[in-house]
Amino acid sequence: MKTLDQIFVLTQHWLTGLAPAALQPLVSMLLIIAALMAVFGTCFALTTILERKTLGRMQNRYGPNRVGPFGLLQPAADGIKMLTKEDIVPEAADKALHFLAPLALTAPVWLAFAVLPFGRNMSAIELDAGILFFFAIGSASELAVFMAGWSSQNKYSLLGAMRAIAQMISYEVPLVLASVPVLMAAGSLSLPEIVRAQSGYALGWIPRWNVLTPWGAAGFGVFLVAAAAESNRCPFDLPEGESELIAGFLTEYSGFKYALFFLGEYLGLFAVTGLGVTLFLGGWHAPATWLEWLPSWGWFGAKFSALIFLFIWMRATLPRLRLDQLLNFAWKFLVPLALIDLVAAAAWLKSGGWQFAWALETRWLLCATLLAPAYVCLGRHWRGGTPKPRRYHYAQ
Amino acid sequence: MRNEIAFYLVAAFTVAFAIAAMTLRDLVHCALCAAGAFAGLAMLYLQLDAEFVGFAQLLVYVGAIAVLILFAVLLTRGDEVRPGRAAPARSWWMGAGAAALVLAAIAAPILLSPSLEGGAPGAASAPVRRIGEELMTRYVLPLELVGVLLTGALLGAVVIAMREEPRTEDKAGGIPPRFTPTPGNPANPR
Repeated sequence: MKTLDQIFVLTQHWLTGLAPAALQPLVSMLLIIAALMAVFGTCFALTTILERKTLGRMQNRYGPNRVGPFGLLQPAADGIKMLTKEDIVPEAADKALHFLAPLALTAPVWLAFAVLPFGRNMSAIELDAGILFFFAIGSASELAVFMAGWSSQNKYSLLGAMRAIAQMISYEVPLVLASVPVLMAAGSLSLPEIVRAQSGYALGWIPRWNVLTPWGAAGFGVFLVAAAAESNRCPFDLPEGESELIAGFLTEYSGFKYALFFLGEYLGLFAVTGLGVTLFLGGWHAPATWLEWLPSWGWFGAKFSALIFLFIWMRATLPRLRLDQLLNFAWKFLVPLALIDLVAAAAWLKSGGWQFAWALETRWLLCATLLAPAYVCLGRHWRGGTPKPRRYHYAQ
Repeated sequence: MRNEIAFYLVAAFTVAFAIAAMTLRDLVHCALCAAGAFAGLAMLYLQLDAEFVGFAQLLVYVGAIAVLILFAVLLTRGDEVRPGRAAPARSWWMGAGAAALVLAAIAAPILLSPSLEGGAPGAASAPVRRIGEELMTRYVLPLELVGVLLTGALLGAVVIAMREEPRTEDKAGGIPPRFTPTPGNPANPR
């Protein structure tokens, strides 16, 4: 079982050992990069077909079923279509920026995978400040979206880009704030260290995952919503809202450049989902002692796939928000809730040393009394009750 | 040796982007090049083993300041960009003087500091944990002061930017009087 758990690490060491000594660091890195690109490239192809199939199921239709058995070869057909399509660049476009934007969006996202621990001893680089690196890399995508929208010289593109940037900046705040309690609990910014801090079981059978604490549950909720918004997923996909903005900053992109944007968006979703698994769902740890014989990367994959399915489900279920609702939701609900969650986490950690009977229950009660009223009040009253009809300043 | 090559590459990258940010004609290109220069600076920090400063530089400057600059450019852009070379402004000597003064103000303490003597210091890497501990113990008061200052600035910006609603709207129950529907004068003549 030990071998199966470490099979990828052992393979990598073996392959590296075949190379001449001078080239070994380079070969070792290249192997990891190739593995990451292969796994998540395949993951991207599989997710597109799965998403379309699931959406079809939930909307009472078939979904793609023409190419290959059960339509499973649809991603290959899509890829060939994208590659052979004409690449149209608008006459007025800023050619250089128009060309660079898809690259600037996709390239940094790959870097984000470098710090995620996919299994025991399975992270490409172990940075002391791994989570900081993750968020720093993610911030580059705002500039890429701006480049795409602005260089197209099209008002829909620019509007879409402006919306996207406003949305990304707004939702980055709750995303980071929701991860701070986890850092406090682990006492480290390094992602493998955070996973290590979630090992073991409370009371002998409840895994010590962060999501199974009151502050962790609230933080995970905020994190999920913010993650969906950061990766422009439905119900937060209004930067590309095709019914109002044609396709937002993607309007003037076709062929392989469009495919690159598509890839970048899905990879961003994968990266932030992987981060969510690492921060809240115990990373690669098994949920129970008697399940620990399964390999660690299998557990990471299972949690990862479950979360991806949750995002697809959300897309099939929820209608798109309006821009003002979207921004109000971030600033008036998620950010205050994340701040209160921070206080609750501090109370939870401070009371960790309590020894008397019913200590765990008292701590739960303490955190719940901090969080539940805040959730209700923020959701019901301070947000101004049910959303009012929009008042237009210029269109009336 | 390898470190030196990396340093010169990163330095060339940073300086090239900085020069482009000053000389390009299109303000948006300038802003994007400035973001590139910020990223180059972050790489320099990382090369010096200052992980926290490097990532913070990326997060704050590339992620936030560059976007702020872009928004400022878009919101204040008057006429369309004219093609041609950038003509230096008439008062360029004032800018040059200010730049020289700033450079002198930064260079003087560095050149006068005793750390220059005795060669390069040893590996003075500051782990993130130590930075956090220092910020929370020794430098907690300055940290709090900066926090208060920034919060004040944020609130001030919101107050300045807030649209002042006309008083009449409140009294008329949310609808401005000139849009009150009357028979024969529909509220929304379109």
